[in-house]
Amino acid sequence: MKGLLRDIYNNVLEFVRTFGAFQLFFLRIIRHSPRIVLRRPGLVIKQIHNTGALSLVIIMVCGFFVGGVLGLQGYSNLARFNAEDSVGTVVALALIKELGPVITALLFAGRAGTALSSEIGLMKATDQLSAMEMMAVNPVRRVLVPRFLGGVVAMPLLVAIFTCTGLFGAHVVAVDLLSVDVGAFWQQMQLSVDIKDIREGVLKSFVFGIVASLLAVWEGYNAIPTAEGVGRATTRTVVITAISVLILDFMITAVML
Amino acid sequence: MQQTRSVEIGTGLFVLLGMSALFFMTTQTTGGEKFSASETFEVEASFENVGSLKPRAPVSMSGVTIGRVTDVTFDPVALEARVTLIIDSQYDQIPDDSDASILTAGLLGSQYIGLQAGGSDTFLENGSEIYFTQSAIVLENLIGKFLVSSGSGGDE
Amino acid sequence: MVDYSENLIEIRDLMYSRGARVIFKDMNLTIKRGEVTALMGPSGTGKTTLLRLITRQLIPQQGAIFVNGVDIASLNQRDLYSLRQRFGMLFQNGALLTDINVFENVAFPLREHTKLSNRLIRHVVLTKLHAVGLRGAADMMPAELSGGMARRVALARAMVMDPDILIYDEPFVGLDPISMGVIVRLVRRMNDALGITSIIVSHDVAEVSTVADRSYLISDGKVAASGSPDELSAAKSELVRQFMHGMADGPVAFHFEAPDYAEQLLGRDSE
Repeated sequence: MKGLLRDIYNNVLEFVRTFGAFQLFFLRIIRHSPRIVLRRPGLVIKQIHNTGALSLVIIMVCGFFVGGVLGLQGYSNLARFNAEDSVGTVVALALIKELGPVITALLFAGRAGTALSSEIGLMKATDQLSAMEMMAVNPVRRVLVPRFLGGVVAMPLLVAIFTCTGLFGAHVVAVDLLSVDVGAFWQQMQLSVDIKDIREGVLKSFVFGIVASLLAVWEGYNAIPTAEGVGRATTRTVVITAISVLILDFMITAVML
Repeated sequence: MQQTRSVEIGTGLFVLLGMSALFFMTTQTTGGEKFSASETFEVEASFENVGSLKPRAPVSMSGVTIGRVTDVTFDPVALEARVTLIIDSQYDQIPDDSDASILTAGLLGSQYIGLQAGGSDTFLENGSEIYFTQSAIVLENLIGKFLVSSGSGGDE
Repeated sequence: MVDYSENLIEIRDLMYSRGARVIFKDMNLTIKRGEVTALMGPSGTGKTTLLRLITRQLIPQQGAIFVNGVDIASLNQRDLYSLRQRFGMLFQNGALLTDINVFENVAFPLREHTKLSNRLIRHVVLTKLHAVGLRGAADMMPAELSGGMARRVALARAMVMDPDILIYDEPFVGLDPISMGVIVRLVRRMNDALGITSIIVSHDVAEVSTVADRSYLISDGKVAASGSPDELSAAKSELVRQFMHGMADGPVAFHFEAPDYAEQLLGRDSE
């Protein structure tokens, strides 16, 4: 019994320690950020390309189908109340406030987050980070900060693209296939979507961008420098990002209501 | 060199696409921004019940949006709702005995104010008051009235 | 007084432990300017750890390490980085940056630390690549290189800032005899032609003997023997002889600590 309590105490303490270390890591990244943005924008641009542009296809395909299925579900359920004209409203609100930011963040973790942490983990395992240290180049500044910033810039743009392809998908399903009136589709949407809803979505996408990029970079940087360690870090990136994003989503939504 | 060039082009396209998506979202899915007149005048009206009318709701006449609601408050003296609207200055020939009613767009749609032209020779201007108003139709009241009237109809 | 002009690196009473395991204890070691010094020892004695201590990637619990007469534990980040610019280090597998090509790898320190024009950088990089015989591989990616080539590129990169000290971590491991010969000759040539001080960590006795001016044999957290390769070969100490001549059993036991063989086989230890 005493041993169990001690185990619990140790685990809690370890969790708190990791959490604190993560915050300090965040501060370290932030502290180095302005310099990189001002002096080496090229490094950040390359990472926007890696995390953003290369995720475009998966984001657009998923966005289209998520929008499409929302259109289908919205239509079939609203049709029971003869309110199928509201399908635009339902789809737009769902995409802008919730599904756009959340699904994009999850896809980002799967596509860009894993790529980031495995890349950084491999750089550590193959001594590339030590080599930089030895060349008097700070790896946090040279490797981690640009990747973090690239993710932070890319995420809100990916969310916007996801949402718009989603609306397009819903339009295709509802208007072109199920013959909801085009005017009603857009007008109902425009009447009920407020600029406040969009602000909520954009806020979420910024927060998720910071969290997902930071977690990916952190897991890679703290990976055990072996093949197995890098693999495990990659898995952890996806799992922890997914959990954090969903919890934060709940918290932000609760605060914004 | 070729490689950095394609990276730059890819990134540029991506950022442009993202920006335009954001722009599309803010301009095309919201209704609030639809009405954007540079010069407006302010009119007030009292309603017995405004239903779920909210600021930014459109004000329309013959189906054309000519203004929007800026404020909805409760007047504790008159015990009525006070609604402030702004109307595009180009519509300066709306008779001041026009009647304002709160209507619903579709069955589940949001509410807006519809103006019905009157016959007066004087027009609405900044600070005018619309005297003839018709409250929002509250579904429960409607059903209640229907039940009462059909009940009393049976007695006769 | 220490003669700083002669001793480039001085290690005094070094103690370093990781967890409960003591890796170095009361270690003293000097590296003379302009020489090729080899640090040898059985695997697991912490040779790479020693390199990390010398370059202050790790900090000792006790004792001090002086480079050019300065205690490196006292340096702040900026001074440390400016000291490190005078170090060149060759990692075991080269540690080339995998996302940029050979040319950019060698140019990397220049681009990070200097404001040289592209023309000048190109000139310097090609000179260094030529010195290691890989000017023709400038446009290849690190993944396309063989192990020996990667190490030569890493050597070019280590030299590009014209360092005072070149450190080689296991430069001969896993190379075919030709590549090995190339690296050995390069180490010697760099050292003599450019007046660099070289430190080699290795357990390849034969290769080290051909290139080193002075060797330290490290065992059990201490310097077990030192001297020129010939002196070490002729040494009487059993440990030195076991290591230098590659004998399977001796002071460094062939068997890892275990219970008595016969007893374990007969299962009597469970009684």
